[in-house]
Amino acid sequence: MNKVKFDYFIKGEKNQYEVIIGLEVHAQVSSNSKLFSGSATKFGAEPNSQVSLIDSAFPGMLPVINKECINQAIRTGLGLNAKINNDSVFDRKNYFYADLPQGYQISQYKDPIVGEGKVFLDMPYGSKEIGIERLHLEQDAGKSIHDIDPTNTYVDLNRSGIALMEIVSKPDLRSPEEVNAYIKKIRTIMRYLGTCDGNMQEGSLRADVNVSVRKVGDKKFGTRCEIKNVNSIKFMQMAIEFEAKRQVELLDEGKKIDQETRLFDTKKNETRSMRSKEDAHDYRYFPDPDLLPLKIDQKLIDDLKKSLPELPDDKKERFIRDYGLTPYEANVLVSEKEISSYYEEVAKLSDKKLAATWMMGDLFAMLNDKGLSISKSPISSKNFADLIKSIKSGEISGRIAKEVFEIMVESGDNPKKIIESKGMKQQSDPKELEKMINEILTKNKDKVDQYKSGKEKLFGFFVGQVMKLSGGKANPQLTNEILKKLLKG
Amino acid sequence: MSEIIKKNLSEIIELIKKKEIKSEELAQLYIDEANKSKKLNSFITTCFDNTIKKAKEFDKKPNSASLLPGIPLAVKDLFCTNGFRTTAGSKMLENFVPNYESTVTENLWKEGAILLGKLNCDEYAMGSSNETSYFGNVINPIAKNTVPGGSSGGSASALAANLTPATIGTDTGGSIRQPASFTGTVGLKPTYGLCSRWGIVAFASSLDQAGPMTKSVKDCAIMLEAMAGFDKKDSTSIDKKKENYSKNLKPNIKGLKIGIPKEYRVENMPKEIDELWNKGKSILKDLGANLIDITLPHTKYALPTYYIVAPAEASSNLARYDGVKYGYRSSQGKDLIGMYENTRSEGFGDEVKRRILIGTYVLSSGYYDAYYLKAQKVRQLIKKDFDENFAKVDAILTPSTPSSAFKIGEKTNDPISMYLNDIFTVPVNLAGLPAISVPAGLDKKGYPLGLQLIGKTLDEQNILNIAYAFEKNCNFNNEIKKWWL
Repeated sequence: MNKVKFDYFIKGEKNQYEVIIGLEVHAQVSSNSKLFSGSATKFGAEPNSQVSLIDSAFPGMLPVINKECINQAIRTGLGLNAKINNDSVFDRKNYFYADLPQGYQISQYKDPIVGEGKVFLDMPYGSKEIGIERLHLEQDAGKSIHDIDPTNTYVDLNRSGIALMEIVSKPDLRSPEEVNAYIKKIRTIMRYLGTCDGNMQEGSLRADVNVSVRKVGDKKFGTRCEIKNVNSIKFMQMAIEFEAKRQVELLDEGKKIDQETRLFDTKKNETRSMRSKEDAHDYRYFPDPDLLPLKIDQKLIDDLKKSLPELPDDKKERFIRDYGLTPYEANVLVSEKEISSYYEEVAKLSDKKLAATWMMGDLFAMLNDKGLSISKSPISSKNFADLIKSIKSGEISGRIAKEVFEIMVESGDNPKKIIESKGMKQQSDPKELEKMINEILTKNKDKVDQYKSGKEKLFGFFVGQVMKLSGGKANPQLTNEILKKLLKG
Repeated sequence: MSEIIKKNLSEIIELIKKKEIKSEELAQLYIDEANKSKKLNSFITTCFDNTIKKAKEFDKKPNSASLLPGIPLAVKDLFCTNGFRTTAGSKMLENFVPNYESTVTENLWKEGAILLGKLNCDEYAMGSSNETSYFGNVINPIAKNTVPGGSSGGSASALAANLTPATIGTDTGGSIRQPASFTGTVGLKPTYGLCSRWGIVAFASSLDQAGPMTKSVKDCAIMLEAMAGFDKKDSTSIDKKKENYSKNLKPNIKGLKIGIPKEYRVENMPKEIDELWNKGKSILKDLGANLIDITLPHTKYALPTYYIVAPAEASSNLARYDGVKYGYRSSQGKDLIGMYENTRSEGFGDEVKRRILIGTYVLSSGYYDAYYLKAQKVRQLIKKDFDENFAKVDAILTPSTPSSAFKIGEKTNDPISMYLNDIFTVPVNLAGLPAISVPAGLDKKGYPLGLQLIGKTLDEQNILNIAYAFEKNCNFNNEIKKWWL
C-alpha cells in the first residue's frame, strides 16, 4: 500500500510549489441547551422560538456555563489525544453585528479549555499525523436573513448562544485530499464520542481554511490567506485548489501575497478578498467579568476518560488483531460508528472475514444504491449474520446467496426462512449428487467419450448440466470432485 | 400621622406588626409626600396605583413574620422591575419595560415590601452627582442647588427627604456610599458576590454590587438581610448561608482592632474632613476599640486603575444597546452601521460616551497590555494591601468622601475633579470588600459628612456592629428643612 507517493504539488511556470493548509473547524456541541442559557438547540425550529432573555442580551442578563458543554469539550479533547487544561478563561470578543445581540461573542482567547493534540490520517501513502493546536468553546451568533424582504433584514436568534467547539489544526495539511481525510477523521471521532453530530448541511460543522504556498524544499511558510466559513468538504477542496493556484500565479509573476480574509464563491468557484489585514477587526478581547475562570478538576477529566467509548483508531487495531481483517477493511468498517457496530454484531455471530467481505461488497453497494445509511438498512445485522452462516456452512452457494440477499432486501425476511420456503438449499449430499451425475453421464455418452479422448474442455459442459438439473443448488465443490472421479472411471 | 414617615424603617415595621398602621395608609403617606416633593426630581417613574393595590392585598392578609411586611419601597432605576419601566437614567431605555424582575428586588418583594417607584440615577450609574441622568439632575434635600451625589442620587435624595423608608442602590466605585455621605444617610456596599447582579443593568460587572441605603444602621442590617443571598443565575454570586444581620446586630466593639490608613489623608483635603475622621477615631477608641496605624501603599493608584477597569467593562457591557432588539433606535442612518452610529450618538449622554471611548481605547490592540492588563495587576496589589492588613486589624476607618455635597454644575465641566470624589470609595470596589458609610457630622455649611468602615470579605456583620456602636455615640442629627414644599 505504501507504494503510492504523495504528489500534490502545484506547478507554476518557474517553480514547483507545495500547499500548506491549516483548518479552524467549528463544530456544534451536541447538547440540549445553549452554552450559557437554558434555551433549546433543535435544528429547524421556528425563527426566534429558542431564544431566552440571555441569548437576546436583555439588560441585566448574565451567562451561566452549561456543564454538559464543558464535558463535551473535554471528551472531544480526549478523543483528539489532547491536553485538557485545568484552568481556562472565557473572554469577550467585541464587535457589532445585528445578529450578535450582546455586541460581543463569549469565546476563549489566551487560555482555551483544550491544548495540543493530534490525529492520524490513513493516506494511500501511509499514516500521517496532523497536529491539533487547540480546542476552545465559544458562542454561535444568530442569523441575518436578507431575502425575506427587499428593504429589511430579519434576524433569527435561535442559533445565538449555541455552543461551538473551535478546533484549530497546525499547518500540517498538504493537499485537498488530506483536508478531506482530516475533516472526516475528526467528524468520525466526534460522532463516536457523541459530542457533535457533524452534520454539515445543518451547519453543525463548518471551517475556516488557511492556505499558503511555498517552493518545494523551502522551510519558511509563505503568507497565508484565510478562507472564511466553508460548509462542505467539496467546497473546501475546491477553494484550496483555486486559492493555491492563485497564490502560485502571483508568486510566479514576482508579486507578493497579501495576508487577508477571503470568501469562497461556490457559484463561480473562486475566492474573493473580503478584508485585508489592515481592515481586520480589533476585537478587544478581555476576560468576561460575568464568568469566573473555569476550573476543571483532574478527577472529572479522569472520570470522563474512563467513560469514553472505544475510538476509531483503537477499534481499527482491534479489528485487524482479533478479526484478521486487512488494514483497508478495518479502516472502512470503523469509518462510522454505526457501521462498526453493525459489523461487530454480525462478526459475533458468524465468520468474521466473510462478514467483512460481504458487508463491504453487496451490503454497501445496496445501501449506496438506495441512498440509505446503515442504521436504515433493510437487512438487520442478525439476518445478515444468518446469511453469512449459511454461506460459510455450505448450506447455500455464493450464487444462491446473492439471490437470497436480493429477497432479504425486498422482504426484510430471515435468510433461513427464504432458503427453506424457496427450496434454495445447496445439494451437498454426495450420494444424491453421484446419482444425478451418473444420470447425466449416461445420457451424454458421446460427450463422455469425447472427454475421455482428450477434449477436457467438456468438463464445463458437465458442470453446467449438473447445475441445470439441480436448479443451481448443487454444491459446486462436491460436483467438481464427483465429476472428476466418475469421468476417470 | 405625617410624622410617621420621618421614622426609621425598623420603627415603621414595628408599627405595621402591631397593626398601628396599615400598609395602605403608610403607602399613601409616602405617595402624598412624593407628590409634594417633585422639585427634588428623585423619581423617574412612579407606580402609585399599583402600590396601593399591593398594600391593600397585604392588609387583607398581613404577614408580619416577613422582614419587610407591607413596606413601600422606592428603588434605584437600575434594577429591572417586571412590568415597570426601567431606564438606567438613559434616553436609550426611556421606554424599556422589562418582563422580568431583578433577583435583589424579587428578594425584597418576597419579604413583603411593595414597589413605590423607580429612583433617578446617573446614566447607566456613571457619575458622582446625578447630573448625567437623561431625566434631569436630582436635588439634595439638605440645601437648594446641591447635588445628592451619585450615581444613586435619586435613592439618597428620596431617602433623606422621607419619600421612602429605605431604599437600594448600586455601588461600582462609591455610588452608594458617596450619596449616603452627601445626604446624611447610611449606605452599605456588600462584599462582591453577596447580592446577585442578575437583572441589574450592568455598568462594570467585576465591580457592580447592590446594597442598602437607610436612615439607620439597624435599618441597613434589615435591608441587607432581605436583599442578599446566593443566586445560581449569577456566576459570580457567593454560595453561602443567609445571615441574620439585624438579629445579630450588637453595639459592643470592645477590643476590636481598627486600622487607620495614612494614605487616606490626601492633599488639599478640607480640614473639617480630617477633624471628622479624628472625631470618629476618638469615638471608637472610647468604645474600647484599639486604633492601629496601617499603610495601604497602592491607594494612590486606585483611582486611575478604576478609571481603566470600569470603562473597559462598560464599553463592552453597553455594546448591546444598538437599536436592534429593544430600547431607543434612531430613525436616521442609511445602513446598519449608520443606524448604530446614530442610535448610540443620540441615545447615550456625554459621560457614557466618554467612558465608552476610554474603555474602547484601553482594550484596543497595542494598548491592552499598557492599560487594561497593567490595571488588573495593580488591582491585585490593591487587594493584597487590604489582605495583608486584615491579618492585623478587624476593620478600617476612613472618611467616605473628600468633600461634602457640592453645587449643581460645580464640577460638570471638570470630569477629573468629579472622578476625584470617589477617591476613598473605589479601592474597596477594586478589592471586592464590604464597606459602610455612616453619617458622622456636619461641615461648616451644615452639610452632612460620612465616615467609611471597610471590612474583611463577607464580614458585613462586623462593620455593621461597629457602625451601630458609632451611630449610638455620635449624636448625628440630619437637620433637613423641607424647603422644597
